Amino acid sequence: MLRENHRSFKFDWITIVLFLLLVVFGYLNILSASHIGEITSYFDSSQLYGKHLIFVGLTFVLIILIVSVEAKFYERFASVIYIVAMIALIGLFLFGKDVNGARSWYGIGSMTIQPSEFAKFATALAVAKFISDIETNMKTVKDQLKVAAIILIPAILILLQNDAGSTIVYLAFFFVFYREGLQQVYLIIALSLIILAVLGLKFGVLISAIVTLLTLACVYLFRRKNKDSIFNYIIALIVCIGFSYGVKLFYTHGLKIHQQNRISLWLRLEKDPAKLERMKKAEAYNLIQSEEAISSGGLTGKGFLQGTRTTGKFVPEQHTDYIFSTVGEEWGFLGTSLVVLTFVLLIIRILYLAEAQKSQFSRVYGYGVASILFIHFTINIGMVMGLIPTVGIPLPFFSYGGSGLWGFTILLFIFVKLDSNKINEW
Amino acid sequence: MRKILLLTTVIFVGLIFIARLFYLQVYNSDAYDIFEDTAIKKEYNYPKRGYVYDRNGQLLVANQPSYDVMVIPREVSPLDSLELEEFCALLKITKEDYEKKLNKAKNYSYRLPSPFVPQLSKKDYAVLQEKMRKFEGFYIQKRSLRSYQTDIGANVLGDLGEVNRRTIKRKPYYKLGDLIGKQGIELSYEDVLRGVKGIKFIQKDRHNKNIGPYKDGVFDTLPKPGKDITITIDSELQAYGEQLMKHKRGGIVAIDPKSGEILAMVTGPSYNPNLLVGRERNKNFNKLFRDTINMPTFDRGLQAQYAPGSPFKVINALIGLQEEVVEIDEKFTCRMGYYYGSRKLTGCHHHRSPVDLNTGIAQSCNAYFVNVYRRIVDKYDDAGIGTNVWAEHAKSFGLGNYLNNDLPVGRKGRIPDGDYYDRQYGDNRWGSTYTVSNAIGQGEVEATPIQLANMAAAIGNRGYYYTPHIIKHIEGDSIPDKFKKRKYTSIDKKHFEPVIQGMFDVYNKGTAQTLRVPGIEICGKTGTAENFVKIDGVKTQLTDHSIFVAFAPKENPTIAIAVFVENGYWGSRFAGRMASLMIEKYIKGHITRTDLEDWILTHSLENEYKKPYSGEPFKINGQTTLQVIDKNPIMIETKEQNLIN
Ligand SMILES: [Zn+2]
Repeated sequence: MLRENHRSFKFDWITIVLFLLLVVFGYLNILSASHIGEITSYFDSSQLYGKHLIFVGLTFVLIILIVSVEAKFYERFASVIYIVAMIALIGLFLFGKDVNGARSWYGIGSMTIQPSEFAKFATALAVAKFISDIETNMKTVKDQLKVAAIILIPAILILLQNDAGSTIVYLAFFFVFYREGLQQVYLIIALSLIILAVLGLKFGVLISAIVTLLTLACVYLFRRKNKDSIFNYIIALIVCIGFSYGVKLFYTHGLKIHQQNRISLWLRLEKDPAKLERMKKAEAYNLIQSEEAISSGGLTGKGFLQGTRTTGKFVPEQHTDYIFSTVGEEWGFLGTSLVVLTFVLLIIRILYLAEAQKSQFSRVYGYGVASILFIHFTINIGMVMGLIPTVGIPLPFFSYGGSGLWGFTILLFIFVKLDSNKINEW
Repeated sequence: MRKILLLTTVIFVGLIFIARLFYLQVYNSDAYDIFEDTAIKKEYNYPKRGYVYDRNGQLLVANQPSYDVMVIPREVSPLDSLELEEFCALLKITKEDYEKKLNKAKNYSYRLPSPFVPQLSKKDYAVLQEKMRKFEGFYIQKRSLRSYQTDIGANVLGDLGEVNRRTIKRKPYYKLGDLIGKQGIELSYEDVLRGVKGIKFIQKDRHNKNIGPYKDGVFDTLPKPGKDITITIDSELQAYGEQLMKHKRGGIVAIDPKSGEILAMVTGPSYNPNLLVGRERNKNFNKLFRDTINMPTFDRGLQAQYAPGSPFKVINALIGLQEEVVEIDEKFTCRMGYYYGSRKLTGCHHHRSPVDLNTGIAQSCNAYFVNVYRRIVDKYDDAGIGTNVWAEHAKSFGLGNYLNNDLPVGRKGRIPDGDYYDRQYGDNRWGSTYTVSNAIGQGEVEATPIQLANMAAAIGNRGYYYTPHIIKHIEGDSIPDKFKKRKYTSIDKKHFEPVIQGMFDVYNKGTAQTLRVPGIEICGKTGTAENFVKIDGVKTQLTDHSIFVAFAPKENPTIAIAVFVENGYWGSRFAGRMASLMIEKYIKGHITRTDLEDWILTHSLENEYKKPYSGEPFKINGQTTLQVIDKNPIMIETKEQNLIN
């Protein structure tokens, strides 16, 4: 029995080490990005770095709590946790606090809590619970609609609270669904739509239509056997052109000016030098500053606490969404590639462990964790380097903030707990 | 496939990120340079540039503050039309200027400061200073400009100009907009005079506010003031020389034979050094530099290289004695020239014949020196070896090569050797008769006035000289040792006395008898150099150049001088008079030969200089008449005339 117990808590130390690496390195960079003048005390709670150190400390308390709970609890109470999280999101409309135009926070005294950070693991649990249900068949449209509802509810609530960045995170579950049996055609449609949208915006609807026509013509010609009726192809063409046009309309009329400008900057649509000059001081400002800070780091960086642009606070929001630029400036290419590598290893490790799970619930949940971390990692670092349009979401374990850090910690350590328990399962 | 979609995507994104980071941080990023870092403001504190004094302690060059408007293009925020108008009005430029200057700065660098409007007047600065904050990306840099306490010596003192990009690349100490010595002593003593500017590195925030010293100021430095220098020039003598040189072209170099110190270094035409200070500098500089007719920036004392003519005969006499091919009292006949068989190799003027060494020098007899020269060359079996021996002796007087002194410009001159003629005529296919013009300082022999003055110093010193130099004293430092070392000629001391006696007799009874100065024993030698120019492709002879070389007093000379006046005709006509006056001025401090002075001041060669450009046929030498001018002309100054004097 004792031996049994000993084996039953075999945590995956690789995951934990990678996690610790990110949290500690993240803290050091927050220290650098947030300090003003001399650092008198690392525990100075009036300073952001002092607060974050407290968050980090509490994180370990949280971890002990999570792994102390019996693994079965998470599966059993997945729905309850999900419902509580949704209520917390809805509650924001009544009791929430506006910060920077987004109604994403509860204020409790001097503290703020961002429920959307916790909604992620709750949704991942709910999705895992639903898919692992013996009655669920991901190939049926009915169940596809049900699972879509599970992720759309938090996504729409968050969008309504004006936090478009956090909404995009829910796209991550596409990877989960696909792993669990969603038809191939969805993948093809998703990719086609992305390509159509980008083509239409960058080169215009006409070019996008011509590309679609040529692609469909090729498909038609090369698919000699069991040909669909040509009528279907024409409908597909019309739908594609319609979509492309719709995206364009949405871009010009549906988006807010600053969102429009971010996309325009990304696709380099703006050619007017005067307007570009103005954008450099507005939408493009953060990106330019962050890219410059990263570039100025060179191979080895300027050294911890030695970044001139970090010290001068040249990059707004540097301790939160733009924390990676501090890594770039002070730790150079060595530091940034270490962070990228750590994230890639962590995600791969989680995927590896997920595939090894005996219970489908654990596997789906593990996939959810990996997907959510992946989407954050890709969007955040991609944005900071100008590879994708500016979207404000944090870098997991790295960015300043208690809600974010705790949300990701819970997300990860529920999986660590589930994984450690796999031997006990039958 | 279902299992590996996310896995491959993760790896793919990871690789793209690493590649992008490699591009941003390694491939596309230069080594960190704090001067390129816009987060760190660099505040320069320019030190006082060293003052320049003349040998008598008179202050020649001091400083005045100057204010440059600098721009860092990256930090400029676009001005609306009202702001633009205000800014342009403050700087007294047009809107087109604004765009042009800004683009020029952008072309240089977005991050580094460029001068936008240099050298504001004090008044403009006072007005602008208060309003400068409004215009982001612009700031005022205080520097120190030169303030000349004199109107003379432009060629000696030189000037400061904005450092060019080529120099910045070579010497990163300099930043765009910095001033650097461009000519004269400002150039040759740049490192001494400049000092070292102080710099403060200041950490800025994104609103361009200072938030404290960078790394607690460990890299900050204080300015080190430049060192004052004293130059060897006697400014009174220099001014007098420049006055004599008015309305003529040429050069005067006077040296103290006891030390090699250059007492005066005159070039004509010259200009007022104050022209090259301030906002008008570039305009004036271009005007002076592009004046290819008067060439006021061409230092004729250092750079004019001509056949020296008769003064070079003295060297041949010394070589003859040293090589023991001629006795002091040995006489040669002169039949109005030198004949080789029945062929007249060179002409001569009318004088008593035969002549010995003393009369040969005093009367400047061509035949005498051709005889001596041929004996030197023919002493050896091979004319090539003989010529080499002769050339080595001549070169020991500092001829035929750079003097290696502290003046930024100079020329080698030329003393031909055996190889030179081998190349010209073919190996061993020539003899002494081919090169007899060397005997009389014509032909291939060429020298600059400073070389001739140095030659006179070496003769006056009876066989040695000090490298002529312009630096007398450096504050808290010593002048280079090479200027304190005697350089001996290859002629024994004993051979100088008879030659010097000959040069003394040039004044006593020879070609310069009319130039005697009571109370001073001057030794000299007149010279005349034929010269030719190409006019429309036709080689045309102009009036001869007038040359004079001298030292005084005869015993323990205190001044050695060479004067060279373009198209001044015979040696004693212009150059000789000026040399005598300079010597008297230096030794006595005042002029007793006012007749000589009046003559020089009232005779101009300007008509002579116009001839080649007139497009009409003209006469030279004896068939010309001199232009007489008013001694104190009422100056009708136009801007054009103002430039050169
Ligand atoms: Zn003669």
